[in-house]
Amino acid sequence: MTLPFLIFLTLTALVLGGALAAMMLRDLIHSALALAVSLLGLAAVYLTLQAQFAGFAQVLVYVGAVAIVIVFAILLTRGSDPAGQPVFARGWPWGAAAAVAVFGVLAAGILRSPLAGTEPPAGVEAHAAEVGKHLMAEAVLPLEVTGLILTVALIGAAVIALREKVES
Amino acid sequence: MAAPDHLVASSASALAGLWLIPVFPLVAAAMAALLPRRRGKTSAGLAIAAMALSLALSVAAFCGVVGRSGTGEVVRQTLNFHWCQVGDHWLDLGFVLDPLTAVMLVMVCFVALLVFVYSTAYMAHDDNAGRFFCFLSLFAAAMLGVLIANSLLLFFVCWELVGLTSYLLIGFWYHKPSAAAAAKKAFITTRVGDMAFFIGIVWLFSRAGTLLFYADGHGCLEPGVLLPSTAIGLLIFGGAAGKSGQLPLHVWLPDAMEGPTPVSALIHAATMVAAGVFLIARVYPLMTPHALVVVTWVGVLTALFAASVAVAQTDLKRILAWSTVSQLGFMMLGLGTGGVAVGIFHLLTHAFFKALLFLGAGSVIHGCHEEQDIRRLGGLRRWMPVTFATYGAGMLALCGFPVITAGFWSKDEILHAAHGWEVSHWPFFLGLAAAFLTAFYMTRQMAYVFFGESRLKTKKGGEHGHHGAGSSQPHESPKAMLVPLGLLASLAVFAGFAGTPAWPWISSFLEGRPTLFHLAPLFEGQALRLMGLSAAVALGGISIGWWVYGRGRKLGSGQRDPMDSARPDVYLLLSRQYYVDEIYEWSVVAFHAWWSRLCNRLDIWLWELVVQAVAWGVVGLAWVNRVFDEYVVNGGFDQGCAALREGGGWLGLWQNGQVQRYLRLLAFGMAALTLWLLWGCGAS
Amino acid sequence: MTPALSPQLTMPPLQCYLLLAAFLFSIGLAGVLVRRNAILVLIGVELMLNAANLNFIAFWRFGPHPEAMTGVLFVLFAIAVAAAEAAVGLALIIALHRHYQTVRLDRADTLRG
Repeated sequence: MTLPFLIFLTLTALVLGGALAAMMLRDLIHSALALAVSLLGLAAVYLTLQAQFAGFAQVLVYVGAVAIVIVFAILLTRGSDPAGQPVFARGWPWGAAAAVAVFGVLAAGILRSPLAGTEPPAGVEAHAAEVGKHLMAEAVLPLEVTGLILTVALIGAAVIALREKVES
Repeated sequence: MAAPDHLVASSASALAGLWLIPVFPLVAAAMAALLPRRRGKTSAGLAIAAMALSLALSVAAFCGVVGRSGTGEVVRQTLNFHWCQVGDHWLDLGFVLDPLTAVMLVMVCFVALLVFVYSTAYMAHDDNAGRFFCFLSLFAAAMLGVLIANSLLLFFVCWELVGLTSYLLIGFWYHKPSAAAAAKKAFITTRVGDMAFFIGIVWLFSRAGTLLFYADGHGCLEPGVLLPSTAIGLLIFGGAAGKSGQLPLHVWLPDAMEGPTPVSALIHAATMVAAGVFLIARVYPLMTPHALVVVTWVGVLTALFAASVAVAQTDLKRILAWSTVSQLGFMMLGLGTGGVAVGIFHLLTHAFFKALLFLGAGSVIHGCHEEQDIRRLGGLRRWMPVTFATYGAGMLALCGFPVITAGFWSKDEILHAAHGWEVSHWPFFLGLAAAFLTAFYMTRQMAYVFFGESRLKTKKGGEHGHHGAGSSQPHESPKAMLVPLGLLASLAVFAGFAGTPAWPWISSFLEGRPTLFHLAPLFEGQALRLMGLSAAVALGGISIGWWVYGRGRKLGSGQRDPMDSARPDVYLLLSRQYYVDEIYEWSVVAFHAWWSRLCNRLDIWLWELVVQAVAWGVVGLAWVNRVFDEYVVNGGFDQGCAALREGGGWLGLWQNGQVQRYLRLLAFGMAALTLWLLWGCGAS
Repeated sequence: MTPALSPQLTMPPLQCYLLLAAFLFSIGLAGVLVRRNAILVLIGVELMLNAANLNFIAFWRFGPHPEAMTGVLFVLFAIAVAAAEAAVGLALIIALHRHYQTVRLDRADTLRG
């Protein structure tokens, strides 16, 4: 039990706990906040894996933007369904079974793979400068395209969510 | 037996023109058929021209044959050719020119030409004269074809054509029901005979392998090819009996008088009825002595029967018709007892004087405004002297008036042959009786028609256009009718000299021997005695007839016939022709009607049922088809579609719009796929 | 700069990270398949995406050529696109809410057979 492993376990608990909470809580706001916690934990995991830029990006975008937008959406759609509704959908055991099956398969695949006992190599730290260099060199096209996607998504979301004009 | 025949190999030049003899009238008939109806005179002209050409050719052929005869053998020329192939067998046809053919050709052409000329005047005011001459020409062509045929097949074809034209001509005035019925009767009765003939032909063909008469030693009439057979001979005689009106197929001849008189003269006196006799003469080598016995007996019984019936007839032409039947019986008697020459000689002389008698009767009918009943005629010798004279010549010839008439010599030959027949003497005596009756009824007819008071009724309004109104006096006929009468009368007198015992030209000619004039045969054997006997019989018949009907007896119009007064029952039987027609009506015709009714019933009940059953079967099948279609095909189809719909509906349930269900399925599927990937292929 | 410690002493092995990612993925999947609310389904989707991102980072760290930054770049883009997708998805949910007065996912079932 080395320190990094302990840190890892803690972070695992955070991530998984937050995820479970997000999926199982009744109150939506609580779910959203649990999600945010989970995402934060994940960002920490990235940091331990020396992907600093990814971790910060995660915090900035996922926690800072996506989770907040989710909260906004929850707030905007509140009160439409009567309270006291069951939490899970009809046929939820099937869903649970499916998820368990998927996990089982994945775990089996992971545990049986030959990658099992590889030595962790010496890594490289992914600082912003390094990432920036690669972005501008090899990945400039995806960068631009992603910008385009974001623009389109912004416009699209705005259009979709726009309240239709009422004929006066 | 005859001297061996000498067959000259077919020489193209001599026989090349032979086939033209029937073709000229045939072409004339074809052209006349195409002419419009009014052109009677053109048809007549065509027919007469064609016949004249044929006569010229016949005379030329005859002269050729005469030139070649007298060598001691019968000279025959044949021209045979293949007609059609049946399997690997050839059906051959051919023409033959021998003495028999030559003499018959001349006779037929001559009589036909005279009748054609006569008809131009007789049918002058008939609208359908064109059709008449067309049929007459066709008949002439067919008859001439019969004469020159060297093959039984060609013979039979022309034979049937002759029968057809006879039917057409008897029923010429078809709008008269009696004429139409008479035509039918003639055709059907001769058909019965023709059936026997046809069976005979087929049998002959199967035995001999050929239908040619003479073909370089292979023809069926040539010695050694076919054994003479009684059955075949009798079957062929059946055909002859039908055409020549022998008992019991004689019933059509008297009724055939419904046709115009020239038709009666040509066809039912001189030519067509003679065709039967000619047939027997032609196939004589095939007739066994047994067959000839039958021929003789049938002939003599016919002769006697017909002569007795003729005594009690009152229609001018019917008397002559029964006389024809009787004389044909004589011809058969002659063929049976004496051979070809005897029969053919009488055929030739009979043709001349019977045609003369019929044409004379036609002249009487024409001159007396279509009156045919002898009880309403009388005293015509005053108004129609030429007709009377020629008719008298014919009558005397028919009776067999001694020495100066042709009939005497030919009949004498027959009686001579019958007398010398080894089988029986009965035909001789019966023949004598028939000859007596012949003289008797002919005298009766002459007395009724030409002598005594006129019993003609005056008819109001002229029926003839060339008379003027009101005149009903009988008149003499035009020249066109009288000239043939005169020609035939002279032949009736002089033709007999071709066959006297002193100069037997006919028999020598037909048998190929040279003819010499000997007086010796006249005196040998019974010849002179028989001549005296036949002369006595003829004269006796004439005198008794004259005594009963002639001078001194007034035959008033309402009076009964003297014979009728004397023995009314016999007279009735004779005048009803021994009720033969009634017997036929009661037996054959009734049977036929019964048979046709049976067939009708069979048709209705049996065949109809069969057809109905088939129809039901078909309908049943159709019903099955429909049921099948409805329940199996449709139903199956419907069920299929329903199943599809249900399946679709069931499948549609999977598409319930619930996203999460889809996702669950996706997840399961992914898991399964990954599982398979991990464990299915490749080591994990 | 954080001092680079010896990896053998410090780091959990690769499977751990992968298992973590798998577990996170399954939880997210379970949420997608089981929760009634559309927004929670979206949250589940975000979790799944994050699990995939973790997978990428882990493999980048433990794989060859980490100096190429491939995994990080990928995750960057994934985060960006995920953000865009979340925005659009939420806009859709808002539109759905406006029409059907509900955000229950089983109410949006008009696309069915």
